[in-house]
Amino acid sequence: MSAVRVLVGTRKGAFVLTSDGKRQKWEVSGPHFAGWEIYHVKGSSVDPNRIYASQSSSWFGQVIQRSSDGGKTWETPGGGVQKSAEGMPKGESNKFVYIGNPGTHQWYDGTPHPWEFKRVWHLEPSLSDPDTVYAGVEDAAIFRTTDGAQSWTELPGLRDAQGPKWQPGAGGMCLHTILLDPSNPDRIFIAISAAGAFRTDDGGKSWKPITRGLRSDFMPNPTAEIGHCVHRIALNKARPDVLFMQKHWDVMRSDDAGDNWREVSGNLPTDFGFCIDVHAHEPETVYVVPIKSDSEHYPPEGKLRVYRSRTGGNDWEPLTKGLPQSDCYVNVLRDAMAVDSLDKCGVYFGTTGGQVYVSADSGDNWSPIVRDLPAVLSVEVQTLP
Amino acid sequence: MIRVILPQNLRILANIEEREVKLDVAGPATQRSIIDAVEARYPELCGTIRDHVTRERRPMLRFFACEEDVSHDSVDAPLPEKIASGEEPFFIVGAIAGG
Repeated sequence: MSAVRVLVGTRKGAFVLTSDGKRQKWEVSGPHFAGWEIYHVKGSSVDPNRIYASQSSSWFGQVIQRSSDGGKTWETPGGGVQKSAEGMPKGESNKFVYIGNPGTHQWYDGTPHPWEFKRVWHLEPSLSDPDTVYAGVEDAAIFRTTDGAQSWTELPGLRDAQGPKWQPGAGGMCLHTILLDPSNPDRIFIAISAAGAFRTDDGGKSWKPITRGLRSDFMPNPTAEIGHCVHRIALNKARPDVLFMQKHWDVMRSDDAGDNWREVSGNLPTDFGFCIDVHAHEPETVYVVPIKSDSEHYPPEGKLRVYRSRTGGNDWEPLTKGLPQSDCYVNVLRDAMAVDSLDKCGVYFGTTGGQVYVSADSGDNWSPIVRDLPAVLSVEVQTLP
Repeated sequence: MIRVILPQNLRILANIEEREVKLDVAGPATQRSIIDAVEARYPELCGTIRDHVTRERRPMLRFFACEEDVSHDSVDAPLPEKIASGEEPFFIVGAIAGG
């Protein structure tokens, strides 16, 4: 029987939640890396036992962890004693250094600010090689490892896409979304708060903004190419040219790999939010969690509702069965929603209140897997044979 | 033999069960030689105490020797004899966070 493994990153450690394909009874392991912020945990689709985790701390910086046994044990890649020519340990696995002089980006007040590495927000394993992983970092850049996270190299061409104009969102200038096109290994989509969305068609050498059709009224020029606070982009692997975006405000759709976008917020109670995902088998079925506003990061009316569109946007229905419908004031962050690929698609999301919810029937009914974790930063799911 | 007390989070990261570690330090006992020895024994701590590139102490950490904050002293200044002899431990301390 199939099984699922849910990888949860929280403010105080990582948790691994496992169940059989029924998704009714769950085993919980963790906290792994207790006390550390775990921004993201994601497994390789090529080798599901290979999992990578981003562990970070304002005190101690960035650490990359790797598991080769499905999350039972972890190691810092290259953590053995390695000596450089100078005789010092290398510790390369935690080292993210921009190539060349990265110069400056814009600070909140528009003044130039030096590029400074802070943390890894998102890890995206390659679709073809378990040792190759992309990392989205703050201050925004994309790095790649090809040796199982022992060492990382920036793809600096991204910063050539008008990097000096980029500016941080409230959460920092983070590259939080990396989507690999399963039909084209040279095509990658990324998103940055608050710079926008970008695409490479040559394996990361060069990038271009893909923001035509976005409108952000907080910007001096609301339709400028750079400066949009994109919160998340999602796609269905069977149809990678169709993208769905949750922006700071607005839910958007592109049918041409991001070249043009149109708004599909439709009848949502609010089109602010962070997460968005697409059904594993129905490319026109999309999920969002509306949040009241950019200054009130909780669900409207204290009702935690996932909204589902079966029409690729515009027409949305609230999904409430099993979710709290009063006095609920949690948030669902951008990387905290995922879907499995079982026949009856499972949908998962985690909250800043420490709940992780599952629906084993595409969103019709929900139940909590856990209720009292630390604030959830990210949720990923692996569908296992 | 020099004694070093690490913050709990770094002990978890490096799988260190004891509160303090004992290290052989090459040459005079200084901040630099002690951190070099810590990183040599525990490579997974590279970058967590001082920046990978600048080699400067991370801003939310402090170093204490014999009850004195030596964080802003030269990293190559000799530390007190009691540190060098192991009579007193060298403290690496994270900023206090509450809430």
